[in-house]
Amino acid sequence: MTPINILLVEDNEGDIYLTKEALGQDRVSNRIFVTRDGVEAMEYLNKSKSDPEFPLPDLILLDWNLPRMNGKETLSAIKADVSFRYVPIVVLTTSAAERDVLDAYAGHANCFITKPVDLYKFISVLRGIEDFWVSIVRLPKTFNRQ
Amino acid sequence: MERINILLIEDNEGDIILTQESLSESKIKNKIFIVKDGDEALKFLGSIKDATALPDIIIMDWNLPKVHGREVLSRIKNDQKLKSIPVLVFTTTPSNSEILDVYEHRANCCISKPSNFRDYVNVIKTIEDFWLNRVRLPIKKYQ
Repeated sequence: MTPINILLVEDNEGDIYLTKEALGQDRVSNRIFVTRDGVEAMEYLNKSKSDPEFPLPDLILLDWNLPRMNGKETLSAIKADVSFRYVPIVVLTTSAAERDVLDAYAGHANCFITKPVDLYKFISVLRGIEDFWVSIVRLPKTFNRQ
Repeated sequence: MERINILLIEDNEGDIILTQESLSESKIKNKIFIVKDGDEALKFLGSIKDATALPDIIIMDWNLPKVHGREVLSRIKNDQKLKSIPVLVFTTTPSNSEILDVYEHRANCCISKPSNFRDYVNVIKTIEDFWLNRVRLPIKKYQ
């Protein structure tokens, strides 16, 4: 299986650490690039158009409650750009608000997951994301279009 | 927990039976509605007047008879009432350009359909574990 590039947009250091641990050292050696808010995520994605140091991600994990530019705004900015609008976005957030769930799907998020507070359940969710999105799903092969 | 309604758009009888069998063992209560071509799918979705009766999730084949999967997906994702429903697209040995086409038309994900029985059941089980247990599906009353 080919390793994939994951862009994580997350401001909580603990969650960043756990996500890297859970997704970074498995059967597939995924590469995880961390940005800490929506502004940084857009900077990363814009650089990915030309700079090989910033590979276009195969999958984006997006927190919803972010500083500077929140998840809803970031989702909308990503999905509006033809260069990366096809990259699947998994919204992963502590929010369980129904309004957020619907906003995310209406904004073309590929799926919405409420982050469990319990550590072991959170790791299990991350493994579930890997089992589905990395092992089963056919992701767009981003490198072919650069 | 409420029952999850699944719409399966699939013309292959064997795949329909395998999907039904695999999902019937789910811990999550679900009901599968089956339509066998693109035309039937659009008619089925168009006939639902009450938003709470809409499917919670759609699993569809890409190569559908009568109306192609691309057209069905495009109609769903451009319909205000339907566009939030997650659509999982199955393709058989897709090329990179076909996978891109599936995502460009706003499928929630693209899955290549395994050709052997055991792998197929495994894929359905993984879909069930992920989409029925872990993912928050959109709430119909706001649609």
